[in-house]
Parts: sequence; C-alpha cells; structure tokens
Amino acid sequence: MTVERALADVPLASASATASEVRSGSRSAADVLEERLERIGADEERVHAFNLVTADGARAQAAAVDALVASGDDPGPLAGVPVAVKDNLCTRGVATTCSSRILAGWEPPYDATVVSRLQRAGAVLVGKTNLDEFAMGSSTEHSATGPTRNPHDLSRVPGGSSGGSAAAVAAGFAPLALGSDTGGSIRQPAALCGVVGVKPTYGLVSRLGLVAFGSSLDQVGPFATTVADAALLCEVIGGHDPGDSTSLPQEFPSVVEHLDDGVDGLRVGLVTEMMGEGIAEDVAARVRVAAEALAAAGATVEEVSVPAVSFGLSAYYLVAPAEASSNLARYDGVRYGVRVDAPTAGEMMEATRTAGFGDEVKRRIMLGTYALSAGYYDAFYGKALRVRTLIRADFDAAYERFDVLLSPTSPTTAFAFGDKTADPLQMYLNDVCTIPTNLAGHPAASVPFGVGADGLPVGVQVMAPALGEVAMFRVAAVLEASAGAS
Amino acid sequence: MSGVDPDRWEVVIGLEVHAELATRTKLFSSATAEFGGEPNTHVDPLTLGLPGSLPVLNVQAVELAIRVGLALNCTVQRSVFARKNYFYPDQPKNYQISQFDLPINADGWLELPSGQVVGIERAHLEEDTGKSTHVGGGGRIHDAQYSLVDLNRAGVPLLEIVGRPDLRDAEGARAYVSELRAVLVAVGASDGKMEEGSLRVDCNVSVRPRGAEELGTRCEIKNINSLRSLGRAIDYEAARQVDLITAGERVVQETRHWNEDDGRTHTLRSKEEADDYRYFPDPDLVELDPDPEWVERIRSSLPMLPAQRRHRLAERSGAAGDAVALVVERGLDDLCLAAIDAGADPARTLTHAEHNLADDRAQELDPAAFAALVRMETDGALTATQAKTVLAELVASGGDPAAIAAERGFEAMDTSELEGMVDGIIAANPDEWQRYCDGDAKITGFFVGQVMQATGGKADGKAVTALLAARRG
Repeated sequence: MTVERALADVPLASASATASEVRSGSRSAADVLEERLERIGADEERVHAFNLVTADGARAQAAAVDALVASGDDPGPLAGVPVAVKDNLCTRGVATTCSSRILAGWEPPYDATVVSRLQRAGAVLVGKTNLDEFAMGSSTEHSATGPTRNPHDLSRVPGGSSGGSAAAVAAGFAPLALGSDTGGSIRQPAALCGVVGVKPTYGLVSRLGLVAFGSSLDQVGPFATTVADAALLCEVIGGHDPGDSTSLPQEFPSVVEHLDDGVDGLRVGLVTEMMGEGIAEDVAARVRVAAEALAAAGATVEEVSVPAVSFGLSAYYLVAPAEASSNLARYDGVRYGVRVDAPTAGEMMEATRTAGFGDEVKRRIMLGTYALSAGYYDAFYGKALRVRTLIRADFDAAYERFDVLLSPTSPTTAFAFGDKTADPLQMYLNDVCTIPTNLAGHPAASVPFGVGADGLPVGVQVMAPALGEVAMFRVAAVLEASAGAS
Repeated sequence: MSGVDPDRWEVVIGLEVHAELATRTKLFSSATAEFGGEPNTHVDPLTLGLPGSLPVLNVQAVELAIRVGLALNCTVQRSVFARKNYFYPDQPKNYQISQFDLPINADGWLELPSGQVVGIERAHLEEDTGKSTHVGGGGRIHDAQYSLVDLNRAGVPLLEIVGRPDLRDAEGARAYVSELRAVLVAVGASDGKMEEGSLRVDCNVSVRPRGAEELGTRCEIKNINSLRSLGRAIDYEAARQVDLITAGERVVQETRHWNEDDGRTHTLRSKEEADDYRYFPDPDLVELDPDPEWVERIRSSLPMLPAQRRHRLAERSGAAGDAVALVVERGLDDLCLAAIDAGADPARTLTHAEHNLADDRAQELDPAAFAALVRMETDGALTATQAKTVLAELVASGGDPAAIAAERGFEAMDTSELEGMVDGIIAANPDEWQRYCDGDAKITGFFVGQVMQATGGKADGKAVTALLAARRG
C-alpha cells in the first residue's frame, strides 16, 4: 500500500552516508545543511516540528566542520549531519522551553551531555523540537507552542511526547533527532510517524542536561530514518557520564558492527498481553507479519505471557507523576523563567505556577502529590514500586526463554487532533505497550513495519533485557529489511 | 514565671544538632562550600536548581559523616537519599535531599564528662538551604516588603545528629553539645563554630511529674545560637510548660522560636500546620552502601576521642571528675601523661594543669621541663608558690626550671632553719603569740608575713602555718 504524503517525499541521504561524504570531503557540511534548511523552509510552517530553528548556529557549526575537513582533521562519526534536539535537552545559550510557558525564553548556561557528545562527533544542531509540555503526553497536543502535525497526514497527531523530533525526521528536516522516553515518548511517535525510535537501557545514556520528568524512567534516545543511523547515534551519545549518578559504568554496547548479523537462532517472544484487547486489529496483524518475517529469517518465534505488564499503566501513572511533582517544584518564579508577581513569596509562586503550567502538567503534579502524601504513600507510591519489581521479575522470567520480545509499539496508528484530549485515560492507554520497559529499565526500539488499514505507519516494538541492545538491533535490522517485502 | 521544682517535675530534653561538614565542595556539586563570600557567588547549576542539573555525591562528605558516626559509636549502614519536599524561596529545588528511613549512621551513644551516656538515634547526611533576608515588615517572610536570597550556603553538607531524650537539665544539655562539638572537631568533621552557624541546635523539651513514666507533650525550640541561649531556652521552656500544667492547661505540641532579646520562646507553627514533606527516595541518586573495608580504614584513622582521653588520664593519674575533664578539654592530657611518665607526681601534675595552665601556650610546654618542675616541688626544693611562678615562666619563655628557680633565688629552706626562724619570731612577739594561742585565727597571717619578710619569700606558707600549730600544741 502506498501512502499519500502531504509533504515533499524525495528521500534524502541517511546520516551514515552523509557523514561518510562529509568526512571524505566529497560533500560539504554547509551543502548538507542548506538542503535540510530548504525542506524546513518549505514545510515547517505546516508541520510545526520545531520550537526554534537554529539556522545561524547550524551554519556556523557546519562551517567549522568543513574547516576541519579542509585542514585534514576528522570532525567525527556524525560529521556535518544535521540533528534536531528535543526542547527538553539543555543547549548552551539556546532557549530550552520544554514547550512550557513557565520556561519561555530560558537559556541554559550549559549543554546536556548528549548535546556536547553530538557536537564532539561533528553533528550540526538544526533546532529544538516541539513536545508535550515537560514531556507529559502522547500527542504533542499539550504544548504551549501549539501542536506538531504528522507529516504523513497533517490532520493527525505525530504522537508524543517527542512528536516534534519524530515529525522532523519523518518530514526530512533532519536525518537524526534526539528525544526522551519516559513511558514511550520516543517509540510511540516514531511508530506514528513511520521512523525508527530507540529507548536504550536505563543508565546507558546520560540524563545530565535532560530536563527531568520521571527521573527513574527518563532516557534519551535517537530518531532516525534507518536502523543503522539509530545505532550510530546511540553509540555517539551513549556511555558513562560521571555527572549522572545513575549512569552505568560502561560504554554503549557496540551495535553498529552487529547490524548485519541476522536473527538466525535468536529466540523471539510475542507478548500475549500486548496483542489482544485494546490493540487495533490491523496493528496486531502487522506485528504477526513481522513475527513471521523473523521466523523466515531463522529466528524461533513463540507467544509468551508476561502477566505483570497488565499493571504497568497503573504503576506508571503513580511513579512518573510522583517523581514529576517533585522534579517540577523548582519552577517557582524565584530564580529563572517566568514570574507572575504577587504580594507575598508564597502567592508569587502559586500565581507563577498557575499561569505557567498547562492543564496536563497540573493534572500530573496533583496526581503525584497525592500519591506521595502522608497516609497514602504505601497504598499508592509504595504499591507502584512493588508492581515495578513484579514487572521486572516477569520480564526476567520471559528473558530466560527469549532473547527479545515483540509487540505493537502503539495500539493504533496516528489519531486525529482532539480525539483523546478530552479523556486523559484514553490518551494514557496509548502507552500501554511501551510503559512496561521503562518501569523495568530495559531497552526497546520501534521499527516501521508497513501501514495500517488507514494507510498510516505501524511500528513494531522490539524489547530486550537490560543491556540487550545488540540482539535488539539485530532484530530491528531484519525487520527493517523485510518491512518492504511483507 | 517560677523556676521548676526539681522534686516535683522532671524535664526531658532531646537535641537535634546540625553540623556543617568541613568539606571543600558542596554535598552534591563542585561549587565551593566555603563560608561567606559575596551573595550568590558560591553557586553552580545544581545549587541554583537549574533544569537538567543532577546531583553527584561528594565522597569527602560521606567520609566525614562516617568518621562522626564511628566516633559516636553508631552502626554505619546502607543508606538511601530521599527528597523532603516543601516550597521555600531559599531552597532552589523546592526539595531538600536528606536521608529519611535509612540514615548512614544509626544507634550510637555519646559519653559526657559527667559519665552520663546519651543515646544517639541517628546521624544522617543532608544538604543545607540558602539564606533569606526578609526586608520590611517584621523581618518575617509573611509581612516582608521583599526578600533577598543568598544561595552560597545552599547545598553545603550537613550532618543532622539526632540525640535521644536522655538529658534532664540545661547543664546536661550544654555539656552534651559541648562534648559533641569536641568530638566533631577531634575527628576533623567540622570547625564547630556556633556563631558562623557551623553548629546549629534544635531542642525538644517536655516535662512530666517526677516518677511518671509517660513522656509529656514536647515542644521543639529553634533559633538557639549559643550554649548560653540553649540553657536559658530550656529553663524558660520547662518553666512555661510546668506553669501551663499547674494552671490546668495543656502543652500543645509545636515548634517554638527562641527570642534572645526577651528571653522567651514563641509559637512558630503548631503540629496541625506541620508540612507533609512527601518523602520518597531520590531517583537521581543511587543507594549509598559503604564498603566495610573502607569503614574499617576510617575507623583505624580516627584520633583518640575526648571520652577515651579522659578515661586514660583518670586511669594513669588517679584523678577524676572536673579536673580530668578540664585538662582534656584544654588538650593538656598528653603533656600531663608525658610528665607523669618522666617521674612527675600525678596529683601535683594534674593540679598544675587544672589551675596554673590556662594559658593557650601551655600545650607547647616541654613535658621533661614540666616533670622536672613537679619533681623539684615534691622533693621540697620549691614551695607551691615558687613552683607556680617558675611554671608561668616556663610557659611564657621555656627554659630549665632549676635555672629559673636559681635565677630567682628560690632555694629551699631546710626545715630546721625554718623552725629556728619561727621560734625567734614567736619569742620577739609575745603578745601576738598569746592572741594566737587564744584562738585568734586572724593573727596567723601576721606570723606568716613575718617569716616571709625574713626569708625574702622563700618560705612555704603552709609549712609555717603547720609549725605555728605544732608550737601551740
């Protein structure tokens, strides 16, 4: 089935190919950048992937890359590759708003670790992408700068919360983007926008400079048009950072060199709980086709039950808001960001937060505050932590028999604007398949695998145990190769 | 308001002491932890609570916390940092990283010079807040025109040492804080300066009828800035509570503010208004589980603590009580022990250290010279008065005690020479002698003075008095 795209659809070079060209001197970083800026100029107004396009800064960075090449130096593995960065990652001297009124105009005095690693690898920052405010949402509709549109169908959401990054890659504004994933915020928009999205193992990518939402769940990861590009970006941004106490003391696993290993002999489990109720039939059908493709490539595929994942959504909506209620307490108008004046300090804080936060953020702050309150802690937050332990245990049991697990990324393809904003629970259900891996701290990828009944992209989720990135990428690469054929 | 009748009432006191740890940098960031500085210069992204900043635990703070824990006989255990959530302008993240249900140090005790042992419930790590200055109104945040916030102190490591309610009076409470300070300084954990806020004391006070088992309702007193204030605040608060109960009213559990100027405590907030801090484990930090080998290395590097030093000195000198405590407090115990080892009489040695060595330079005194001096005195070569004089000169400028004594003409008089002199003076002053024999004690001074005059001060006053008494029969 072909997709009728709303936007220009001439595919541009992959990040890997672009970097090779720039490093070899056969193409300039400036030329690469201008091509992408042209795309942005043509379509950004309709898509609204960006909160800010940093054209001038990008030109300066591209010129610096070209100068390095000219002088015989190697700018790095992402030489001259334009990258879009989610607007909850700190960029020195470049506004970082989290799509919230409360941080309007705030310019961090430092770069997030992942941003400095991008720059050290020769990448060029093209802009800051839109998101659901503070990464809370699944449609990018909860943004103070307005919603991002799905490049495949402008009447549909791009998913969220990293909707801007997913749309930027899908629209060809950049071959790579960074997002953050707390409950599916990379994988779900990747699925809805038809691109590759990866949430690495918790602790493999530094959170320093990522504006916190749910600290025990947040993880930065890549968007790309190809599995190989996503793998390359993981290796660039991943690895130990002494500035993040939860960072694992190791490098990102070498995934690029294993991309062509195939899946012969790998054991793939299809998660029963993620294939039934609540999952659209056309989406489930694509996942079954994907499973068959893997079997055809030499993997063994079986259904497996991971019972505790059914409680994932409930546990997540206690853990994430609880952490968020504390993480977002700092936005009080005292030191930075927006301030709404009032007669006393307490009233000033209240007025600032009332005016500065959107409804979804306020809803989650209230949920989290309640869950942590004296007398309720054990019943809510404490119980959620126990469920989290159960989910890990059930995954562990499954991974004794399987190398990777398979499921849909999202229960449906991209939905229309306003479809789920009236009912938060419906919106939350979008993340039912992605949330359990965040609770477990495991890696997972979403790989585009054809389209649903409406002609819109379907994503297949490949989950793996902690540090199981190599197997995960091997499966993702085979799915990518067979997506067109099946 | 009346004082508390100790026969009828028992005062129960428990102290929470916050000690700033003497680290180079803050508890979770590399900003300097130095005291003072221009406002908001000792800051970095974490201190300011900027979005995206993350805490990284300062190992030096952990080591100092463990040093204190071991010195307080605590169990050093696996611990977890938790967030204590409350909004206040001088707390940049609007939560404080502290330790809640799993503190690094638990269940210890501190022995006071009196011999009393005070239980330590816990000693946990946490970060300090910034400092607010409320301008206009009553200087309180509620009616201020505006408030200034200085975040230099925000994030400086604190050790909160929670004592059990084992203290019973103001004197004991002061002794506890004083001893705790000595321990903190001894292990190098804190400079112990109350005036710079390095040591801050919150005090829980309740009263109960003597003999009662159940504890009374307690009030927590804040803003105590000196040992003197601590004593005054306890005495005031205990009397206030007894007066309330005596008048048929009840004590309300609340936090009270000590006002140094009017010498009273005032309601700050009642328990009903108490904040719900919504503690939960800080997801930005991992649990802290010190390697037992590291803890043992720290233990073996601890200096001898004040209580151990008191026991050692008491054992080797035969002295006890205040003298021993004072000598250790002055840091003169090593000197005394060395002098005793060099043959000085233990009792005389300690007497000198207690009464004649208040000078700060006394710690520099040469133990051999000190011992020689004490030996000269006990051998009768110097009187007590002469010994004191020589000692003062030894402290001031060093030297050889025998040489100093000779220079001053301090030569011992032998007893027969002194006896002859006393007999001569008695014979020359029959009227005065009669009055002495009739029991006029005041006349003793006349005879001592005569002898001193005749000997140029070389005689020992006590020996003269004894001779006079012997002649009277």
